[in-house]
Amino acid sequence: MKTGAQILWECLIGEGVKHVFGYPGGAILPAYDALCGYPEIHHVLVRHEQGATHMADGYARAGGGVGVAMATSGPGATNMVTGIATAMMDSSPIVCITGQVGSKFLGTDAFQETDITGITLPITKHNYLVKRSEDVAPTLRAAFHLARSGRPGPVLVDITKDAQQSSCEFDRSAYSPLPVTEGKYNFDRDQYAAAIEMINTAERPVILAGHGVLLSNAMEELREFAERASIPIAMTLLGIGGFAASHPLNLGMMGMHGEAWVNHAIQEADLLLAFGMRFDDRVTGTLKTYAPRAKKIHVEIDPAEINKNVRVDVALLGDLRQVLTRLIPDLERTDRQHWLHYIDELKGDSAVRDIQNLPDSGHLYAAHVIHDLWRETNGNSIIVTDVGQHQMWEAQYYKHEQPRSLITSGGLGTMGFALPAAIGAKFARPDAEVWVVAGDGGFQMTMSELATAAQEEIDLNIAIINNGYLGMVRQWQEFFYDRRYSATPLLSPDFAKLAEAFGLLGMTASSREQVGPAIREARKRRGTALINFMVEQEDSVFPMVPSGAALHQMIRRPSPLVETAASEA
Amino acid sequence: MSMVRTFIVHVADHPGVLNRVSSLFRRRGYNIESLTVGHTHLQEISRMTVVLAIDAQGAPLVEANLYKLPEVLHVQDISSVPSLHRELVIVKVAASQEVRPEVMRVVEAFRARVLEVSAESLVIEATGPEDAIDSLIEGVRPYGILEMTRTGRVAMTRGSAPGFPLGIRPPKGTAPFWSSDQLSVLRNCS
Repeated sequence: MKTGAQILWECLIGEGVKHVFGYPGGAILPAYDALCGYPEIHHVLVRHEQGATHMADGYARAGGGVGVAMATSGPGATNMVTGIATAMMDSSPIVCITGQVGSKFLGTDAFQETDITGITLPITKHNYLVKRSEDVAPTLRAAFHLARSGRPGPVLVDITKDAQQSSCEFDRSAYSPLPVTEGKYNFDRDQYAAAIEMINTAERPVILAGHGVLLSNAMEELREFAERASIPIAMTLLGIGGFAASHPLNLGMMGMHGEAWVNHAIQEADLLLAFGMRFDDRVTGTLKTYAPRAKKIHVEIDPAEINKNVRVDVALLGDLRQVLTRLIPDLERTDRQHWLHYIDELKGDSAVRDIQNLPDSGHLYAAHVIHDLWRETNGNSIIVTDVGQHQMWEAQYYKHEQPRSLITSGGLGTMGFALPAAIGAKFARPDAEVWVVAGDGGFQMTMSELATAAQEEIDLNIAIINNGYLGMVRQWQEFFYDRRYSATPLLSPDFAKLAEAFGLLGMTASSREQVGPAIREARKRRGTALINFMVEQEDSVFPMVPSGAALHQMIRRPSPLVETAASEA
Repeated sequence: MSMVRTFIVHVADHPGVLNRVSSLFRRRGYNIESLTVGHTHLQEISRMTVVLAIDAQGAPLVEANLYKLPEVLHVQDISSVPSLHRELVIVKVAASQEVRPEVMRVVEAFRARVLEVSAESLVIEATGPEDAIDSLIEGVRPYGILEMTRTGRVAMTRGSAPGFPLGIRPPKGTAPFWSSDQLSVLRNCS
């Protein structure tokens, strides 16, 4: 006989879980008590349950497995909501385990009771309320299966205190994870033939590569596909890393803050191949004028994404890797010289926003910091960003060569994501170099997790892009609200001193020549180091497609910078 | 062009499953015209008839989104399939002695039934397609409707093909859910 709490841990071990990010409390106490009997589980004590969910998320995204977060009932569970919604929007497989009041007290407004399955219903793939110890094992088995199968996502398992305490028979050795069966390529002869015909006859095709490339491990197949048919690839924010930035067919990021030539190429394409992406409004601009001359082929594992935002001509449903593997042999080898040459010419236009190589004029730009960080780390670090201007600059100026090397909150745009997600990423890949790139605003939302990093003695590097504003909101106020900076100027603590208060290395850099040495010092140092980069305060992210505008109607970097570049060159 | 479409949805008979389905329609902005739910002849399986105002392009998305709920076992859009639609109404009509014969003529014309006779009212029950129910209601409205309840549409396709794969039943056992591989077996059997 085993208690429900023991069964819980034995199931987690059976699922291959090695790390659990959590915070104890009344209703989850039996589980935490039982944890003492399972030293093979490394429990990371977080400082806020939101941090636990972001850590599980970062852990899943960096390592490709399922992340696990744990919390007590009531406030512990509700604090997880933001992290669960973040994982849902970005298809990140996490399992959240919450304690619940005893089953006899359900529905009585008992102390720390909250209807967390009701609250998280729209932001989980599925959730479960477990009221008997007998149900713990089959529920967890289903929860892990659901989290990682098909289009991955968060699953919550709410376990009452009495289900943790009561006992039942459980054979640990008989436990095995359910195999992933969903997502097999649902081959349709007509759709397949139409797709091949479109691809082989297209003159100006563009591949739109999304998060699905990473989630289905289709990196090699994507490269082979693109090279064989000579089709350039535009990346979504979450797709970055799925195709090496230095590859000549990689155009870079598309969308609201994408490179101008990428958006122009999409608008002028005669065929779009959407691979594991969902035509989010941040990548399409207004749908009325989106890629007006292009036929569209959508390869997608989630049927609910087909024709949701953009009407497509052909849909191939299933795991991207399987679909690409099938398509590749039927692709005609072509060089599409004319089209690729045309896009290359568009790239000449990019100097307008290419500021990272500007000579140092005393002003430190965020682009300098990101560019130097890229150079110092050879583009091989895992970068975990927060949300805002720095996130877009990171996507523009850090050239990611490796899969799963950019971890960022795309769909939900969750400020406060970076630090906890980076801690999770470090546990998933302890040998990888991990950098947090965060703004001064978002970092303050979850900076209490510095204590977690310190307590766990992990080797993390943190770059704060400090411009004294909630920068992206300020930028919108500058462009669209007549520079009324309502509630965007931001006072911050001395982040370097703050790091020292946690026993970590803290540094400040406010000029270009300080950037490289600070980065090198942080990399050299064992343990977590933080650099506070004081950058140009009212810099903006360019180009920018205003909300509701056509994808090719971008606001470009104002000319004075170009003139500065010319005069100083 | 938005039109009314009818879906037959078979779901695992679990607590909260109606909430999950209706919550899906709510958050995706689907406008529910009616939703009925009840047991079937299959153990642990309930059947819903859902009527939505939605365009033809949106219909496949309704199906796809429903299938994202693990407890949804089978979805069929029967809007363009020959099918039987029925609704039940119970209506309490003010019917004094003077007008009662007239009300009874309406009842007979619509093949409705009288459930209860009181001094000043009749309770009438009728089953039929929505338009027949609508006509009945309009027929008795002049006499004064005191109270009324309609069930919303239930529907079934014509012909002998089962709307849900027969012979496959949810496994018995203590599991409070269907595992996804069991579900995918069910889904592939339609």
